Amino acid sequence: MALSTWPWFALILLGAWHGLNPGMGWLFSVALGLQQKSRAGVLQSLIPIAFGHGLAIGLVVLAILGADRVLPFRFLQWAAGALLLAIAFWKLWRGRHPGWVGMRVGFWDLTGWSWLMASAHGAGLMRVPVLLAGKATFCGAAPVEGWISFNPLLTGIAVLVHTGSHMVVSGVMAWTVYNGVGVAILRNNWINLDLIWACSLFVVAFTLFVMPPSS
Amino acid sequence: MPKQPNPPRSSRQGFRQPQFRWKGDPSFYPTARLAMTAPPERQAFVAALSPDPAIHGDAVLVVDVDSESASYGAIIGRLDLPNRDDEVHHFGWNACSTALCPYAPHPHLERRFLIVPGLRSSRIYIIDTKPDPRKLKIVKIIEPEEVFARTGYSRPHTIHCGPEGIYVSALGAPDGGGPGGIFLLDHFNFNVLGRWEVDRGPQQLAYDFWWHLGHDVMITSEWGTPNRIENGVIPEDLLASEYGHQLHVWNLRKRKHEQTIDFGKEQQMVLELRPSHDPTRTFGFAGVVISLKDLSSSVWLWKHSDGKWEAQKVIEIPAEPADPDQLPPLLKGFKAVPPLVTDINLSLDDKWLFVSCWATGELRRYDVSQPDNPKLSSVIQLGGIVRQATHPKQKGQLLGGGPQMIELSRDGKRVYFTNSLYRSWDDQFYPNGVGAWFARANANEDGTMELDPRFLVTSSEHRLHQVHLNGGDASSDSFCYPS
Repeated sequence: MALSTWPWFALILLGAWHGLNPGMGWLFSVALGLQQKSRAGVLQSLIPIAFGHGLAIGLVVLAILGADRVLPFRFLQWAAGALLLAIAFWKLWRGRHPGWVGMRVGFWDLTGWSWLMASAHGAGLMRVPVLLAGKATFCGAAPVEGWISFNPLLTGIAVLVHTGSHMVVSGVMAWTVYNGVGVAILRNNWINLDLIWACSLFVVAFTLFVMPPSS
Repeated sequence: MPKQPNPPRSSRQGFRQPQFRWKGDPSFYPTARLAMTAPPERQAFVAALSPDPAIHGDAVLVVDVDSESASYGAIIGRLDLPNRDDEVHHFGWNACSTALCPYAPHPHLERRFLIVPGLRSSRIYIIDTKPDPRKLKIVKIIEPEEVFARTGYSRPHTIHCGPEGIYVSALGAPDGGGPGGIFLLDHFNFNVLGRWEVDRGPQQLAYDFWWHLGHDVMITSEWGTPNRIENGVIPEDLLASEYGHQLHVWNLRKRKHEQTIDFGKEQQMVLELRPSHDPTRTFGFAGVVISLKDLSSSVWLWKHSDGKWEAQKVIEIPAEPADPDQLPPLLKGFKAVPPLVTDINLSLDDKWLFVSCWATGELRRYDVSQPDNPKLSSVIQLGGIVRQATHPKQKGQLLGGGPQMIELSRDGKRVYFTNSLYRSWDDQFYPNGVGAWFARANANEDGTMELDPRFLVTSSEHRLHQVHLNGGDASSDSFCYPS
C-alpha cells in the first residue's frame, strides 16, 4: 500500500499555517509566560493549546468520515465547500472573534479555549480536501490509495501530524517573542492574518469544488 | 430651537465599522511601559455640558493641545449634540490596547469612535473622530429606551474598552432607584448586548469600574442611586450615610460578585478607581469624596494579599476652616471647606497619582512608587470655593470651580484638568457660578508641577467635564502584557 506523500505535506503545511496565527495559541503562551515570569509557563501552555487544536481538528475528521459513509461523495465535497465559503464570508463581513475573557487559565481552560478558537476559525474544515484525497484526483495526482478512509490508525496519525506541526510552529513563535524580540513586535508587525485566513478558506473551498471524484 | 445639522442615524438602523485594515492600529500598545513612548497628543476631546438645557444642548469640543501649533489652547472643533438635557459626563473609546489581549486578539479594529453617554438622558452617542479629528460626526445614537429595555439599567457613566466588547457602568435602574451595574456594547456595531452581571451578590450601588486583566478581577465603586444625585446632593441622606462607601470585587470571567470591601459608613461616595496599569500587579487607588467624621477626603489603596482583597486609607486630606460668609448654604454650618476629592489619575508607570480637590481648588501630585506610602510631591492651586486662585493666563480674574476631572498624557508629562463636577452639584457648591475652564500643567520628572501659562480654555456656553486625548491617555487603555 503505497502512500503518496503530498497529503502529509499538506497536513504539515496547514498545521504550520495554523500555528503561525497569533490567535491560535502562541500569543497566549507568550502572555502566560510573561505573567508567570517563567519560560516553563510558555512551554507548559503549548500542550493544552495543541491538545485543544487537535481536538477541534479530530472532531471535524470524525464528522467527515462519518458523513462519508452515508452521503454521496460529491455531496460531501459541495457541502464542505459551501460551509467553508460561508465561514470565509462571515469572517470578512463581520470580523468576529470568540468572546473569551480570562488570563487565569488551567489546563482544561486552555484546551477549551484552543478548541473554541480553532473551531470558530474553521481550522478543521480547512483540512477537508486533504481528507478526501483518498477518493479524488487532485492536481492530476491519482487518488491516494488507502488514505484515511475508515482507517482509525491512519486517521489518528494524520491528526497528530497536523497538531504536531501546529505545536512546533507556535512553540517557535512563542519562544522567539518571549525570549528575543519581545511583545513590542505586536504593534507594527501584526498584519491582518484574519484577512489572509479568510482568503485561505476561499482557496480551500474552491479546491473542494474543483476536485473531481475518482470514479 | 436650532435645527440639527445632519439627522443622525437612529439606533434602529444598523451600523458597521470598516474593518479592512492591513496593519494593527498604531495607538494600541501591548504594555503600559511601551505606551509611555507614544508620540505626544495633539488634540483633546472635552465633554461640554450645557448649564441650562432649556437654552441649548451639550457638545463635544476639540481642543488643540499641540504646544507647537499656532492654535495651541484654542477650541478647534465642536460637535453640538442634537438633544437637550443629555448631561454629557464621562466617555471613552470603542477600542484600545485591549485589542491585543492574547485570548481574543483583534488588533485590526481601530481606535476611532468616541462612546459618549448622556448621564441624565441615558442616551449614548457614537462619534467618529476620523478622518479629521476636528470634524466630529455622529454615526449612531443609542436611544435611552433601548438601554432600558436591553439592560434594565439607566444613567450610563464610565466607558472602558474591554477585550471582547465595550463595558459601560450605569448608576441605577430606569426609575432612578437601584441596582446600578454594568452592561456591554458590541464593539463592531455598537448594539447594546445586555447586562454584564451573572451574579451581583449584595451589590446595589454603582459608579466607576476597572479591572486587573492579569487576574480576571473587576473592581466597582459606589456613588448613589440616580434619585439621590440628580437634583443635587441630599444633605439628610448624606448625613444618614445613604451614599456609597464600598468597593466590590468581581470575577471578570464568571461575571460574579466575590467580595465587598467596606470603607466604613462615614466614608461617603467612593468614586474613581485607578488600578495598576501593569496587569500582573494587584493594587489600585480609590478616591473617597468626604468623611462624615471630619469632612476630610481620602484615597484608599486596595490590594490582594493572602488570598483576599483588602483596602486601607493611604492619603487623607483635611477640610480647611473657612468663614461661613464665604461658603455656600450647604456648608455654612460646618465653617469649613471639605476638599471633595472627585477624581484621581494614575500615571502609566504606576508611580504618580494625581488627585483633584474640587472644593478647595487643588491639584495634588503624589509619589506612589510605594503604593502603601504615598508622598505628596507638589500642589497646584486653581479656583476653589474660598481660594478662587487665579490662572497666569488671566491674571487677577478669580476662578470658580476647582480641579475636577484629570487626564494625564501617556508619557506622564502633561496633566489636563477641567472644573465642572455635575450640573446640579456645581450649582450647590459654587452657587455664584462654577465657570468653565480647562487647564494644563507640566508634570516634571522631579515631582514638581507648574501651570502652563499659555493654556486656559474657557467657555461661556458650556461647562467642561471629562477630557480624553486623541490616541489614548492614562485612563483610556488597559493592557494584557506586563510592563
